[in-house]
Amino acid sequence: MNITRRHLLLLLPAAGVAWKYILAGTPEAAPNYKLSEHWWGMLIDLPKCIGCGNCVRACQAENDVPDGYYRTWVERYHVSDYDIENPQVDSPDGGKSGFTPVKEAGGKNFFVPKLCNHCADSPCTQVCPVGATFVSPDGVVLVDKEYCLGCRYCVQACPYGCRFINPRTNTAEKCTLCYHRITKGLTTACCESCPTGARQLADLKNPADPIHEFLKTHSVHVLKPSMATHAKVFYNEMDGSVR
Amino acid sequence: MTGIDGFMYPNEVELQWSVLIVLYPFLTGLVAGAFILASLERVFQVQAVKPTYRLALLTALSFLLVSPLPLQLHLGHPERSYEMYLTPHRTSAMAMFGFVYLWYLMAVLVLEIWLDYRREIVLLAQSSAGWKRTMYRVLTLGSTNISERALAIDEKTGWLITVIGIPSAFLLHGYVGFIFGSVKANPWWSTPLMPVVFIFSAMVSGIALVMLLYMLMMWARRQTIDMECVDTVARYLFYTFLIDFSLEMLDLIHRIYEADDSFRSLDFMVHTKLYFSHIVVQIALGTVAPITLLALTQVVKMSAVLRKRTYVTAGCLTLLGIFAMRWNVVIGGQLFSKSFLGYTTYKMGLVTREGLLMATVLTVLPFAILWVLVKVLPPWPAKESHPLPSVTMAD
Amino acid sequence: MNVFKDAGHLFRLAGIFVAGLLLFLVIRHSVIPKSFGQYGHYRGSAISEVAVRPVKFSGHQSCEACHADVLDKKKDGKHAHVNCEACHGPLAMHADDPGSVKPGKLDTAILCARCHEANAAKPKWFPQVASAEHSSGLPCDTCHQPHNPAMGVSGAK
Repeated sequence: MNITRRHLLLLLPAAGVAWKYILAGTPEAAPNYKLSEHWWGMLIDLPKCIGCGNCVRACQAENDVPDGYYRTWVERYHVSDYDIENPQVDSPDGGKSGFTPVKEAGGKNFFVPKLCNHCADSPCTQVCPVGATFVSPDGVVLVDKEYCLGCRYCVQACPYGCRFINPRTNTAEKCTLCYHRITKGLTTACCESCPTGARQLADLKNPADPIHEFLKTHSVHVLKPSMATHAKVFYNEMDGSVR
Repeated sequence: MTGIDGFMYPNEVELQWSVLIVLYPFLTGLVAGAFILASLERVFQVQAVKPTYRLALLTALSFLLVSPLPLQLHLGHPERSYEMYLTPHRTSAMAMFGFVYLWYLMAVLVLEIWLDYRREIVLLAQSSAGWKRTMYRVLTLGSTNISERALAIDEKTGWLITVIGIPSAFLLHGYVGFIFGSVKANPWWSTPLMPVVFIFSAMVSGIALVMLLYMLMMWARRQTIDMECVDTVARYLFYTFLIDFSLEMLDLIHRIYEADDSFRSLDFMVHTKLYFSHIVVQIALGTVAPITLLALTQVVKMSAVLRKRTYVTAGCLTLLGIFAMRWNVVIGGQLFSKSFLGYTTYKMGLVTREGLLMATVLTVLPFAILWVLVKVLPPWPAKESHPLPSVTMAD
Repeated sequence: MNVFKDAGHLFRLAGIFVAGLLLFLVIRHSVIPKSFGQYGHYRGSAISEVAVRPVKFSGHQSCEACHADVLDKKKDGKHAHVNCEACHGPLAMHADDPGSVKPGKLDTAILCARCHEANAAKPKWFPQVASAEHSSGLPCDTCHQPHNPAMGVSGAK
């Protein structure tokens, strides 16, 4: 495929750095990226999530996710009164086409986007029999699809249900935090397409990253803390009913 | 969506581990159990069960040869399974499989069978003809020394291997229990009791299988069943079953009492989706019934005929129950959502790679292999394989 | 010694085991992937294999390089922080070669409803309407300019 560079001269400097590597069809890895300088995570600001499903659609488009499987998805919660141990939850097609409009449901209602938590103490990595899934030095849990046997042990070991077996490759698959984008200075596809900024990529090793200030000033949670997975996806104002 | 009740995380709807993964612990459990029975005679000097010794070893070998097959058929990339030998991940219980399997196959089972049969192999190498002669000659590994000293060395070595073999058998099946028991994400599986329950239920199933096979083979060859042998085997089955039942009850009572965050969801599942396989098949038919029958044979004086029939019934129910236990652990552990808010359904294929037909073939295959092994390495002394027609009491 | 004569078969067996072990070690050394163990218990080259995937979403900075006029319209309105591809979809191919790929025209009747259709689970502060009552089925861009959607802003219909 022919790549034209005629627009290079018109580019703003900021775009210029990322532009060189955005060559759809002939991808290259960014040579300036140092693994040891990054420790990736994500911030999900729940009061901002409107359940539009943009993130689910964007992820599917960016990563060729097969239908019926989800690298990310959105759940809708309905909590009636004080019974937070029994919420009603639904996620029609992972929230890919949004949610059916409900005018007034009573109780408390909200959306929760979910994805791989890129656990620093990842149980899926622990159980892989051959070393096909791993925590990269920059904190992203990845799958080596050339090495994966498809034994499905990692899928069983994930407490969050974020892994699946891709029926095309018969290997384990999950959110890669758009590793191919973040190593080139771009943000993830889900964060790029989120209209309200509910999802924000975070580099915990970067002192200038806004997450540090955010973590200091907000009430932040991770999913299933009792599992002690050292998850790196942080949820702002997460209700106690969230599973 | 069809087949779902309540809410499941979207990726949880489809089950990951199929009936083949139910079959695998069932098959290796039979291996471990049969071997333990054999070791009763070899190490613990329980002379009464000697008639079943060689049969138990051959049974263990037949099932061990088949047990990697369900795993291979289940893998997304079976052609990459050698990677477990290349780069086993030390934190993964599953990575142990390749080495534990190979160790148990080569260093324990094959070695012990070879040492026990070596005298017959050498004699058969000399007395048979054609391709059989070649086969036996290969099996002798070129050595025809069956002097008393050589056989005495074999005996001692065999004893040592059995002693090593007992913990190896526990390891072969115990690590499978650990594979499930160490998954903190799944409360149906995650318990330190899991490897112990697996081992004891393995022993139960293995002992029951060998008992049934012995009785079947004696009947097929029109020979008298050694009642003292069968009574002893049945007694060991009974005691082991009591321990197994106690362990499973302990797990159940503990769960009900503590009633942690998973309990409601699991309890509902056992009463609905797993009712038939758990309450009816595993507990009632597969545990309580055979234990009761075996207990009866211990306390009530029964004729040999009645005892034999009771043993056969109890043995068959036991195997059914232990299979159901594997089913309930593997399939049951995937029917409920980790959100504790919903359930899915297992849709077992019929003629697919991981379907019912394949599971049936894999269950029958070890018996076919055993048939061949019994022909090549007869478990009973030569003079018994050509019995003179004799008048026997009505069996 | 006599022992060796009577235990000869065992030594032969041991020899076979040792030979097998050596063979395994040799095979293992030649077959194991070269980059395995570089960073941990995995193939080091897997990291770059994941990183070298095609990018489908260009990122808003590259859109703004050419479409500065739209950026001007957007930056003072409510959609200032809504990235271009959130509505227009992945357009890295267009950004790479604008002539070859023309972004499709969007259907506001479907697109806008995804965010703005009233739903009890949406936060109360977020602008949402029941479209049937709000516009009686008319497409949203009848009255609203998507790049700066407030009514009364210059450029709105």
